Amino acid sequence: MPIESIPALHTGLSLAAVLFCLGLAGLLVRRNIIFMLMCVEICTNAAALAFVVAGAHWSDADGQVMFVFVITLAAAEVAIALALVLQFYRRRYTVDIDQLNALRG
Amino acid sequence: MGTISFYLTATVAILSTAMVIFNRNAVHALLYLVVSLLAVAVIFYQYGAPFAAALEVIVYAGAIMVLMVFVIMILNQGAAAVEQESRWLQPRSWTGPAILSAVLLVQLVVLLGSDGAITAGTPGTIGPREVGIALFSQYVLAVELASMLLLAGLVGAFHLARQRHADSGEVEGAD
Repeated sequence: MPIESIPALHTGLSLAAVLFCLGLAGLLVRRNIIFMLMCVEICTNAAALAFVVAGAHWSDADGQVMFVFVITLAAAEVAIALALVLQFYRRRYTVDIDQLNALRG
Repeated sequence: MGTISFYLTATVAILSTAMVIFNRNAVHALLYLVVSLLAVAVIFYQYGAPFAAALEVIVYAGAIMVLMVFVIMILNQGAAAVEQESRWLQPRSWTGPAILSAVLLVQLVVLLGSDGAITAGTPGTIGPREVGIALFSQYVLAVELASMLLLAGLVGAFHLARQRHADSGEVEGAD
């Protein structure tokens, strides 16, 4: 791929900002714990997109190195979170996050 | 040509992500999320990061989403769950967070568009070779830490998802 065809930095970062804000809005709006988990994934992915775009702008491999670490983090986080969701569903038979109110927060 | 395909892919990514957060059905939302991740992979490719694009498809859209599909299957939510989601997604519950997120988005985009924030760069394609050299030379300690994180995640997920009796704490069997 020729170098001239790489899109500008600020358009990629703006796309990452849009995706992150969509994920944040979803995280605040939804009450279903599965959907909240998906929105956290959207936010993580937007952050990874910002890393890769910045790495491409300065022609540096560090952006993709950070992407590898972000994807590792996301995999571990999803495994733990889904295990917690399974335990939660076994105890309460619901996926409503408002049922997790034992600490009276 | 490259610009048109970039904006097309970005539109697909934004629309499918919006469909994720406003969908009532968990499986449909997950499929839209897979579309969104694939679109982001195409954007990675357009930014000259083919290795990141391949990882996004294999690990994110492949492995992580399959994990979520399995959990949604185990939870076995039917038509009642869709109805419940429709009750929860009333306009009075989502207008506030939507306005706050829109304010944050406008701030971010204005900051990104302001002059002087971004120095000139030298855009170029970075293949798997450069990424591998960087990973296993200067970041080799971080790679080891990532492997320990994955091991901790594996053990933690196994421990948390075990079925046990609520009264005695006795382990019944592993999932």
